[in-house]
Amino acid sequence: MIGIIDYGVGNLFSLCSSCKAIGEEAFVSGDASQLAKADRLILPGVGAFEDAARKLNDSGMAEFVRQQAASGKPLLGICLGMQLLFEKSYEFVCHQGLGLLKGQVVPMEGKLPANLKIPHMGWNALQIKGGTLLNGLDGQYVYFVHSFFAEDCEDSLSAVTEYGIPITAAVEKGNVFGCQFHPEKSGNVGLSILRKFAEV
Amino acid sequence: MITKRIIPCLDVRNGRVVKGTNFQGLQDVSSPVELGKFYSDNGADELVFYDITASAEGRKLFTDILTQVASTIFIPLTVGGGINTLDDFDRVLKCGADKVSVNSGAIRDPQLVHDAARLYGDQCVVLSADVKRVDGQFRVFAKGGREDTGMEAIGWIKKCVDNGAGEVVLNSIDTDGVKGGFDLPMLEAVSNAVDVPVIASGGAGCAENFVTLFERLPKVDAGLAASIFHFGQVKIPELKQLLNENNIPVRL
Repeated sequence: MIGIIDYGVGNLFSLCSSCKAIGEEAFVSGDASQLAKADRLILPGVGAFEDAARKLNDSGMAEFVRQQAASGKPLLGICLGMQLLFEKSYEFVCHQGLGLLKGQVVPMEGKLPANLKIPHMGWNALQIKGGTLLNGLDGQYVYFVHSFFAEDCEDSLSAVTEYGIPITAAVEKGNVFGCQFHPEKSGNVGLSILRKFAEV
Repeated sequence: MITKRIIPCLDVRNGRVVKGTNFQGLQDVSSPVELGKFYSDNGADELVFYDITASAEGRKLFTDILTQVASTIFIPLTVGGGINTLDDFDRVLKCGADKVSVNSGAIRDPQLVHDAARLYGDQCVVLSADVKRVDGQFRVFAKGGREDTGMEAIGWIKKCVDNGAGEVVLNSIDTDGVKGGFDLPMLEAVSNAVDVPVIASGGAGCAENFVTLFERLPKVDAGLAASIFHFGQVKIPELKQLLNENNIPVRL
């Protein structure tokens, strides 16, 4: 059973539906005692890092997620949820993340060739660098929407995508996984990733 | 490299897709759920559902249908039609829409784009503009392209983008339905004026029109069409093969 962490950011309808579509029981909750019963957790998120990090901390969910990850429970961060796994983000000013993975989140602005639009939005191809979750998906397309990206994360990097420069697409370290793209919006490829996560 | 997107548009009235379709193998060609699933399984990169219902009952039916669509189709969904307030945004986002398209609502209330972008993020707000040439000027039209607002289109679109619209669907009334190709001069003017994704709409009659669009205007990110897909004149997998053969990046 997958617990989807609700901490007041973003729309969880599609994520919940896609878990059901792969035959996996899933529930959305903001209650740590409920989420503790799940076999695995998904940390979703859209919007701004600062706002999300504050909501995670204020709700006590940040500490809960750290504990659960430390206990070995599989955790998958999606989009902003992936970015929150890192130590810090430079969105406007520096903000602390969950610190589960080494690395930082930085704006694309100023780092991409000038002709590329920000946000990086649309379907882009995966280049697999390692890990287990995306095994066999080299060259497959997944759906991205983001303006920030993770860097200095070599020790967890499992996939990149090319957008003028290599952009961190997925990370993995032990039981902690992250996808910058949206598996719940990436068609059958995305569903296969969620299925794999459900079997970790 | 990011791919060019191919987007079928489904107009829905009273819970049914209007404009006939002639697909083999679909039990109910007017079912938004079945047709959406068909497109999703056959290479569509995104779907646009447009609610053209006038009545409140029809609107309720549309949101029910949308919930079913979003429970079965896992590619990005854009929803438009009758989006006039933040409550309308909320209504369709709760049913699983990823992006919301505003047209007349943005003309009536210039604050709407701004407020929605603040609340849901720029990436969620799509400006859909119906534009037609009048006296040598690009003009914004309202009410499904029936009413000249008198506003110059490029400046208006630019203002909406500055207010937070994260994407622009440019529908040329001049080429819509003509099937002679997309309106390249109009698209060029808009894609030079804004730095958010631009989706071309209106005029596609054959697969080659998409090749011309992306070759001539590399700044255009996506092509949208309805009837040529619904009637099977252009099949998306074949269209994407053709684009790929012409070195245009697509998701195959």
